[in-house]
Amino acid sequence: MGTRRIREEGLRVSSTTEQTRRTAPPQRPGDRVFGGLSLGAALLILATLAGVAIFLTVQGIPGITASPEEVKYDTTFLRYVGPLVFGTLWAAALALVLAAPVAIGVALFISHYAPRRLAQPIGYVIDLLAAVPSVVYGAWGMVTLAAAIQPVYLWLEEHLGFIPLFAGPASATGRTILTAALVLAIMILPIMTAICREIFLQTPRLHEEAALALGATRWEMTRMAVFPYARSGIVSAAMLALGRALGETMAVAMVLSASGVISLNLISSTNPSTIAANIAHSFKEASGLTVNGLIATGLVLFVITFAVNFAARAIVDRRKEFSGAN
Amino acid sequence: MTTTLTRPAPSELGADLRGRRLPTWGPTTVWSLAAATAVVGLLTPVGLARGLVLAWFVAALVPAWSFVVEGRRKATDRVVTHLVASAFVLALIPLVSILVAVVGKGSSALSAEFFSYSMRNVVGEGGGIYHGIIGTLLITAAASVISVPIGLFTAIYLIEYGDDSRLASSIRFLVDVMTGIPSIVAGLFAYALFVLFFGEGVRMGVGGSVALSVLMIPVVVRSCEEMLKLVPNELREASYALGVPKWRTIAKVVLPTALAGIVTGITLAIARVIGETAPLLIIAGMTDSVNFNLFDGRMQTLPVFTYSALMNPGVPAEPSIERAWGAALVLLLIVMALNLVARLVSHFFSPQGER
Repeated sequence: MGTRRIREEGLRVSSTTEQTRRTAPPQRPGDRVFGGLSLGAALLILATLAGVAIFLTVQGIPGITASPEEVKYDTTFLRYVGPLVFGTLWAAALALVLAAPVAIGVALFISHYAPRRLAQPIGYVIDLLAAVPSVVYGAWGMVTLAAAIQPVYLWLEEHLGFIPLFAGPASATGRTILTAALVLAIMILPIMTAICREIFLQTPRLHEEAALALGATRWEMTRMAVFPYARSGIVSAAMLALGRALGETMAVAMVLSASGVISLNLISSTNPSTIAANIAHSFKEASGLTVNGLIATGLVLFVITFAVNFAARAIVDRRKEFSGAN
Repeated sequence: MTTTLTRPAPSELGADLRGRRLPTWGPTTVWSLAAATAVVGLLTPVGLARGLVLAWFVAALVPAWSFVVEGRRKATDRVVTHLVASAFVLALIPLVSILVAVVGKGSSALSAEFFSYSMRNVVGEGGGIYHGIIGTLLITAAASVISVPIGLFTAIYLIEYGDDSRLASSIRFLVDVMTGIPSIVAGLFAYALFVLFFGEGVRMGVGGSVALSVLMIPVVVRSCEEMLKLVPNELREASYALGVPKWRTIAKVVLPTALAGIVTGITLAIARVIGETAPLLIIAGMTDSVNFNLFDGRMQTLPVFTYSALMNPGVPAEPSIERAWGAALVLLLIVMALNLVARLVSHFFSPQGER
């Protein structure tokens, strides 16, 4: 709002020269109320964010310190949360590895490859993926996708079984950590595509045209002009998508029949659970200190996602400063 | 690539400089062939999946042909084009598959009874999602009542009052971070908050609204902020010049100008939270009966209904699973309708030249 500041300074200058006018504009009661309301709403958001951290901590601490006899899961909190943290990170990382190349490809398709007139409708179609509720993804994953992909797991076990990831025995239902990661990948695809698309579109036009004028093919132009410019943006888009995948509940809760193990096996029927899915599964029957234990696992999830999002946003903001001239 | 008005006579030198190229009809023909392969796969027993794989290989002929005729660099370019386009098709597959699955399995459940009965005392067939629809509408409406004023006033603070102050930029940053709060953590927050007042095991509709608000507020703030930013400064200055106080300028000039965008943003935010399951599972619980009171006891919602009917179908399982898909279809239709309304509002009611 630079112009307004210039205007106000202009007023101030003129008023000092005339010496008769007030230096500050009159404060009406309506202004004070309205300004107070706005500031209050803004501060309330800060309070909410702080409240999330504080309430989870207050309710979580009894769960962290609870002894194994007092809780339903029969171990110390660290032993309980360890495999869950592993499962959360493992599933999210798999989802990111699966989604990132496709998201970058789709973003590139929309920003540079698709015919101009088709680009916007195509963007809408990808955004539709973001609109599908998570429970629908979960239902689709556990029924349709799991059944469709099960033969692939059998094939993987038979032909690539020597790799520990595909050691098998392949799950008979197809409801494995890899299926869950696939659903997660589909769910984080739209947000990553949207951010990458915006960043690709911000590539300075002159850089692109200079590359093309020097005889580069479209791919060479992309590699030399678009990607270097977009690199930090792609990283932060991937991290934001990772944050989404870490916290996603329903897809994993519905697809996985989890057993709380630490295992790198992608296709067997014994799978690690994730923090979010475990809370969704156990919260209904939990009581007493078990609830506090579950809230404490939620606190761990909150800290992890907060750190990932914080880092991603910090990268985006730093990038904004650098590219301010454009 | 370049078309000139007077085409120079093809010379040996020109052809040499340009290099040999695929005929313009070449790639188009191959791509049409690939599309035809996929369609044939869909219509014959080969199946769509195998048809698509075959089509992918057929389309891969373009880079191969290009390598023979045009050389390595152009062929690499065409390989990338092929990959980028296949990434897009790959992304479409789940979308289409989800729509087919939900419509195919859910449409048979829809009936007048399905929309007007709850699940109270229903075993086996019959029953409906009336209680879920009521719960979803009430909880989402209450969440909007909480989020919209807070979100809108925060956006007003950020644009009209905060400018570039330290507080405003840190709020902006934290709102961005807040968009990443996992939905289940929002549910746990609401539970931890309500336990303080109502004791252990609390389940309450309004708790779901609080949880959804935590997810909704940052979305509302971001979209309203973007819209307020678009309001030209000249309008504000014209208003100030007439001696209108700042708050009246905001209420009578800035907000009406940005109204279409704000409505669009809020509608999209509602569409985002109306399908949330995890927080409602935690704090709103589930029930088989209709509950109109947000402040008293468990409330069923459509997403939670879908989840529980699929995961614990009971005996016999088929009717419950059919109801689950029916509820999923209704939920999907609501979300799609909200998205459509948002797009229509922004299309028809935006001030000219701003979209």
